[in-house]
Amino acid sequence: MYSEKVMDHFQNPRNMGEIEDASGVGTVGNARCGDIMRIYLDIDENQIIRDVKFKTFGCGAAVATSSMATELVKGRHIKEAMQITNKAVAEALDGLPPVKMHCSLLAEEAIHAALWDYAKKHDITIEGLEKPKSDIHEGEEEEEEEY
Amino acid sequence: MKPFIYLDNAATTKTAKEVVDAMLPYFTEQFGNPSSIYSIGAAAKEAVSGARQTIARSLGAKDNEIYFTAGGSEADNWALKATAEAYAAKGRHIITSAIEHHAVLHTCQYLEKNGYEVTYVGVDENGILKVDELEAAIREDTILISVMFANNEIGTIQPIERIGEIAKEHGILFHTDAVQAYGQLPIDVDRYHIDMLSASGHKLNGPKGIGFIYIRKGVKIRSLIHGGGQERARRAGTENVPGIVGLGVAAARAVERMEEKAAKETKLRDYLIGRIEEEVPYCRLNGDRQRRLPNNVNFSFRFVEGESLLIMLDMEGICASSGSACTSGSLDPSHVLLAIGLPHEIAHGSLRLTLGEDTTREELDTVVEAVKKIVERLRAMSPLYEDFVRNGKARSQI
Repeated sequence: MYSEKVMDHFQNPRNMGEIEDASGVGTVGNARCGDIMRIYLDIDENQIIRDVKFKTFGCGAAVATSSMATELVKGRHIKEAMQITNKAVAEALDGLPPVKMHCSLLAEEAIHAALWDYAKKHDITIEGLEKPKSDIHEGEEEEEEEY
Repeated sequence: MKPFIYLDNAATTKTAKEVVDAMLPYFTEQFGNPSSIYSIGAAAKEAVSGARQTIARSLGAKDNEIYFTAGGSEADNWALKATAEAYAAKGRHIITSAIEHHAVLHTCQYLEKNGYEVTYVGVDENGILKVDELEAAIREDTILISVMFANNEIGTIQPIERIGEIAKEHGILFHTDAVQAYGQLPIDVDRYHIDMLSASGHKLNGPKGIGFIYIRKGVKIRSLIHGGGQERARRAGTENVPGIVGLGVAAARAVERMEEKAAKETKLRDYLIGRIEEEVPYCRLNGDRQRRLPNNVNFSFRFVEGESLLIMLDMEGICASSGSACTSGSLDPSHVLLAIGLPHEIAHGSLRLTLGEDTTREELDTVVEAVKKIVERLRAMSPLYEDFVRNGKARSQI
């Protein structure tokens, strides 16, 4: 069902982890539909993404698209990072099954959400960047359970 | 082929060698049409009768109450649609459970679109039907109660005898989808007041593409397929003779081994449950601990997603299944896990392991080690786990 590239990124995810005191952190998706992605960005004074890390709760495609998205933005200027679309992420993975295309959309949104956080913290505007739509806290109220 | 550990016996089972051996002559030697008069036709007819008799006896039924179908889904469709049609003059209300197999649920939805009303009775947190709710749902125009014998995902065994009694008291037909239970649990149609029962061959080490429905004598039921006189003209079409023979052998074999197999599997099942509960933190056993199929284990692992878990298990050569949305092709996780009250995020992290007659303790030991390793790995990747750990720390600092 998955391409070799997807399987490779799933088995050996690139840039998985956290960044302490990150310049920007974005979390998108919700537990209801089973996909949550979090992206950490370390951006230098020239607005270059020096480092990026991700954490993902989700299916094989969700992990692979997060991993690929981090590879695509690493070392790029934030303006370039803005240009990376979900289509580009899917293509870089040699395609995704149609039912998994929403995973690549989530990866794009996660990058945007992290950039939004960065822009907010630094009080700047990034051209073309809109406030992230989906948020981890939406539809999460009833998900609390202890056992 | 790479060696693998097969723990998905609720999906399908390996066809037993003696089943295949019994089937083979009916492809190339005794290939006659059972409706033909000459000897190879007669031999085929006899083989079909023999299988019918074996199955009838396994349920305490009569031979002429068993009809062969192409499988469990067909039997479920037949039971619901034909009963609905034949009893429409009496009423148009059907009662079923919220955790049925889609063969029943989607047929009910079809009937709802065609002027029938369906009540979906809920289950408790272990997946046991709320019998009082079922009783309260009964109306003047209720024509059928359909409740599965045992659940395919969480293995919960329903109080079938009590449901059968209620149906009988109210003069309502009772159908049970016994696809998971038949061959694993003893079933007596009279004792349980079952009027119709569906079963499938490939869940009991028989072949795929063959099943049967038991229909109690006296139940008005319409023909499913019109054509020749096969299956007492209720289901026309030349019989799947090799399949029927295979089903007969598989049924005989299952009945003969039932007690021993159930005892062995129950022991292994509880061993597996015990090890996972002890060694994997933040897990939850889904389904009832006691009223449970001998071969079913179903866990939710918090902070991980089921499909990722399955792919990683597959890479270790372990075949299992999950109720996560990603494995169902929709955005919602399993309706069964939601019906027992699991939040979506925990339903997404479910893993079903179903044992079979060849399962060994060594295999289960391998599986436990793999599950531990994979769950840990996926949690290290999970933002939900990260938040949990962080909040936990924050709480302990206060």
